[in-house]
Amino acid sequence: MTADTVALTAPVTRRRPTWPPLTAKLAAGLILGGAVVLFGLLGPLLVQDPSRVGDIGLAGPSGDHLLGTTQTGQDVLAQLAYATRGSLIVGAIVGVLTLLLSAFFGIVGAYAGGWLDELFSLFTNIVLVIPGLPVVIVISAYVPDKSLLLVSLVLAITGWAGSARVLRGSTLSLRGRDYVLACRVAGEKRWRILAVEILPNLIPLLASQVVFAVIFAILGEAGLSYLGLGASGSFTWGTMLYYAQNGLALRLGAWWWFVPPGLLLALFGAALSLINFSIDEIINPKLRSQTRASRRGWRMSSEQLRKAKESTL
Amino acid sequence: MRYLIRKFGFYLVALWAALTVNFCIPRLMPGDPVEIMMSKLGQKGPVTPETRQSIEALLGADSSRPLPRQYGDYLAGLATGDLGVSVTFFPASVIDIIGRTLPWTIGLIGLATVISFLAGVGLGTLAGWRRGSWLDNLIPVTTMFQSVPYFWLALILLFLLGSVWPLFPLNGGYDVYTVTPGWNGEFLGSVLYYGALPALTIIVSSAGGWMLGMRNMMVSTLSEDYMLTAEAKGLRPGRIMRRYAARNAVLPSISGFAISLGFVVAGSIVTEAVFSYPGIGSALLQAVGGNDYALMQGIFLIITLAVLGANLLVDLLYSVIDPRIRARS
Amino acid sequence: MTRPVLTIENLSVDYLVDPPVHAVKDVSLTLRRGEVLGLAGESGCGKSTLAYGIVRLLKPPAMITSGRAVFHSPEGHDIDWGDLGPEDLRAARWDKISMVFQGAMNSLNPVISIRDQFEDIFRTHRPALRRRERRDRCGDLLERVGVDRARLNSYPHELSGGMRQRVMIAMAMALEPQIMIMDEPTTALDVVVQREILREISRLRGELGFAVVFITHDLPLLLEISDRIAVMRQGEIVELGDALDLYTDPRHDYTRQLLASFPSLTGERGSFVRGALDDRLLALDAIDAGAAKETS
Ligand SMILES: Nc1ncnc2c1ncn2[C@@H]1O[C@H](COP(=O)(O)OP(=O)(O)O)[C@@H](O)[C@H]1O
Ligand SMILES: [Mg+2]
Repeated sequence: MTADTVALTAPVTRRRPTWPPLTAKLAAGLILGGAVVLFGLLGPLLVQDPSRVGDIGLAGPSGDHLLGTTQTGQDVLAQLAYATRGSLIVGAIVGVLTLLLSAFFGIVGAYAGGWLDELFSLFTNIVLVIPGLPVVIVISAYVPDKSLLLVSLVLAITGWAGSARVLRGSTLSLRGRDYVLACRVAGEKRWRILAVEILPNLIPLLASQVVFAVIFAILGEAGLSYLGLGASGSFTWGTMLYYAQNGLALRLGAWWWFVPPGLLLALFGAALSLINFSIDEIINPKLRSQTRASRRGWRMSSEQLRKAKESTL
Repeated sequence: MRYLIRKFGFYLVALWAALTVNFCIPRLMPGDPVEIMMSKLGQKGPVTPETRQSIEALLGADSSRPLPRQYGDYLAGLATGDLGVSVTFFPASVIDIIGRTLPWTIGLIGLATVISFLAGVGLGTLAGWRRGSWLDNLIPVTTMFQSVPYFWLALILLFLLGSVWPLFPLNGGYDVYTVTPGWNGEFLGSVLYYGALPALTIIVSSAGGWMLGMRNMMVSTLSEDYMLTAEAKGLRPGRIMRRYAARNAVLPSISGFAISLGFVVAGSIVTEAVFSYPGIGSALLQAVGGNDYALMQGIFLIITLAVLGANLLVDLLYSVIDPRIRARS
Repeated sequence: MTRPVLTIENLSVDYLVDPPVHAVKDVSLTLRRGEVLGLAGESGCGKSTLAYGIVRLLKPPAMITSGRAVFHSPEGHDIDWGDLGPEDLRAARWDKISMVFQGAMNSLNPVISIRDQFEDIFRTHRPALRRRERRDRCGDLLERVGVDRARLNSYPHELSGGMRQRVMIAMAMALEPQIMIMDEPTTALDVVVQREILREISRLRGELGFAVVFITHDLPLLLEISDRIAVMRQGEIVELGDALDLYTDPRHDYTRQLLASFPSLTGERGSFVRGALDDRLLALDAIDAGAAKETS
C-alpha cells in the first residue's frame, strides 16, 4: 500500500562521505600531528650533524644543547630531528603498503565474491592469527644488515590483515545495498561500480585503517629498534631509545635522553588517534549523535537534561 | 555444530600455515644457519650425528635433499616433539628451555592481558552508559596511553618506581638470592612483587584500547530497539546495562581479540626485555642475540601456537555467548 | 460512561534542536477502560512521539514542554505519570502500561533466550513469584498468543517476524496491564501475518479487557479494529470520534483526504480482501455496499 509506493518513488539514496566537522578533537589532532611532521621534515635541515661527537657527555639541557647531550656528547635535539624523520618514513611506507595490501585482499575479494573471496578471506585470517612481531624478529635475526625500507616492508607484510578484514566486512555490506544492486541491474561495468559506487563510501574507513597502520608501524619499528633489531645505521625514535638504554641513561638519570623520543612518539600516536576519532564519527552515525558537539546543538539547558535523565536512561 | 567444524578446520589450516612459515623462513633467508649453529655447538662440546640431523631437519642445510623430503623430515621431527638443542643454553634442548620459560610468560602476559581486558571492558561499559560523565571524558587520555610504546612506558615506570622511588625491583622474575622456587608463600609473594610492574605496564597501555572499543559499541547499542523495549519493561538500570547493553556490546571486543592478541604478544616480548623477565620473550631475544637459530624457531613456533590456541578458545567462547553465530555459518 | 483509564491533558512535546520541532502540540485525549483507540496519521506527524511521551520514554533532545498523562487505576487512584520519581516510574512501566514497538523485528534482545526476556519482567516486577510459577506463566503467555511453549528456549533469530511480534505481545500482557500501547505493531509484517496478529489482539482484548492505543498510518486497518479513532496531523489531533462516525461522516478535511487516499475503500467493493474480524467489520461492509451504491 502506501509503504510500497514510498519505497518505489523514494530516490535511491546513497551515502556519500562527508568531510569531518572541524571539532576540537580533530583540530588538536591535526595541529599536533602537523607539528611533528613539520619537525621531521624541516628539523634535520636546521640542526647539527646528529652523529658528531662532542666533549661534554651526558650534559643536561642548556643553551648550547637545547635537549642536552648523549653519553658521547652528541646533540639530542639533532638526533631527535633525524629520528623523527626516520620514524615518519617508516610510518609512511607502511601506511601506503597497508593501504594497497588491505584494499586488494579486503575490498577486491569481497566485491568479487565466490571462491576468490573465500580464498582471500582465509588467507587474511591466517595472516591475522599468526603474530606479526615474532615473525619480524625472526626475519631480522637472519638479515644482519637491513635498510629502513626492508624493515618497513616486513612490518607491512605482517600487519595488513586486520585492516583487510575490516574492509571486507564493509565491502560485503555495501555490495548488498540497493543502489549498488540497481547499478548492476542497469548493466554498469563491475569495475566501474567498484570505483564509483563502492570505493568512495569506503574512503573514511580506508583513512582510519591507514592511520592505524601508521601508528602500529611506528610503534612496531620502535620496538624492533629498541631490541637492537632495527635497520642498521638509521635514526628512529626506537634506535634513540636503544642507545639511551645501552648508554645507561636510565640508571644515570639522563631523562632528557630517553624521555623526548618516547614522548614524541606518544604525542604523534595520540594526534593520529584524535584524527581517527573524528573519522570514526563519520563512519558510525550512531556515535555522531552522541558527540558533545551534537549535544551542544540541542537547545536544552543542563537543568532540562538532568530532568530528562531521571525518566530515561 | 557446523560452526565448530568450520572453526576447527580453519585452525587446522592456520596451524599448517604456521608450521610451514616456520619451515620456510630459515631456508629462504640468507646465510647458513646450520653451519653457524654447528660451529657454535662444536665449541661447547662434541656434536652427535643425531643432533646434527635434527638441526638440519629444522633449519635445512642439506641442499642435496629435495624440499618435499626436507618438509617430511621436518614434520616428522616436530611430531616427536624434537625442536633441536639450544646453543645458548647448551646442553639443554629447545623444548626444555621453552618448558622453563613459558610458565613465566603465560603467568605474566596471560594474567595481565585478561585483567586489562576485563578492566577495559568494564570501564568502557560504564563510560558508554554514562555518556558525557567524567569517565567518558577520560577516554581520549587513555587512548594516549595506547600510543605510548609498551617499552617506553616500562622504562618510565622503571625509572620512577624503580630508581627515583625504589618501590619495585628493577628486573627479574623473583628474588633469586633469598627465596627458593617452589610452592611456598615466600616464593609466590616474590613472584607477585616482581611481576607487578611489568603487569602494570601491560595493563595501563592496553586497557585504554579495550575501553574505547567497548565505549563506542555501548553507544551504538544504546540506540537499538531492544534497549527501548528493556526500558519500557521497567527493568532496573543495572540489569539493562548488563544483560541488554553490555551483553551485546561486548561481542565485537571479543571477536577483536584475534586482531589484538598479536600486538599484545609483541608488546610483551619487548616488555620482558625491559624487565629482564625470565619468560619466553627474553629467551627469544637471547636466541636472536646468540644466533641460536633452533631455539629461535622453536620459540617462534610456540608463540604462534599459543596465539592460535588462545584464538580458538576465544572463538569457542564467542559461540557460547552469541547464539546467532551458531546458526549463521 | 465509566471512569476512563488514562487522561492526557494538553500534552506538548518539542524536539529541542535548531530550529525546535514541535512534534506534539497540545494533545488532549481520554482512553476509556477496555477500548481500542486508534491513532492514525501520516508518518512523521508525531504519533510515536506522543506514545513515548505518555510513558515518558522520550530521550533528549525530546522534551515534554507542557501537559500531563494521568493513569486511573481500577481501585480509584490517580497516578500522574509526570510526578513519579525515577523508581516509581520504573515500577509503573509495563505494570500499568506496556508497549509493543514499531521495530518489531528488533525489539527482542538477540543474545538472550526468549525465556530469559520473559523472566526479566517477572523477576523485576514480581520478585515474590516462585521459579516454577514464573516458568509456567511464561509458557501460558506464549500459548495464549499461539506460540508453542517450547519456543521459550529459542533465541530471537530462530523465530519468524510474526512469531517475534507475538512474543512481544505475550510479553506486553505478562503483568496484565490496564493499557497496551502498540506503535505500528504490524507494519513490518506481510498481510497474512498482519491479519492473524490483529485477530489475536482483538481476541485477547476481549478476554482480558485491557485498553489499547493502536498506532498506525493505515487508516482502513484502524477502522476495522478500533472503537474510536483519533486522526493526527502535524502534532495535533484534528479529529476524534467513533470509528463508524469517522468513516461515514468525517468532519475534518484531512480525515477525508486520508480516507480518500486508500482507493480500496472508495473504489470497487471487494477490491480489498480482509478476513472477517468481528461484527464491526460486517457492519462496515454493509456501509461500504451502501456507499458504493450511492456513488454509482
Ligand atoms: N531526534 C529527533 N530530533 C529532531 N526531530 C525529531 C527527532 N525525532 C523525531 N523528530 C521529528 O518529530 C516528528 C514526529 O516524529 P514521530 O513521532 O516519529 O512520527 P510518527 O511516529 O508519526 O511517524 C517528525 O517530524 C520528526 O521529524
Ligand atoms: Mg512512528
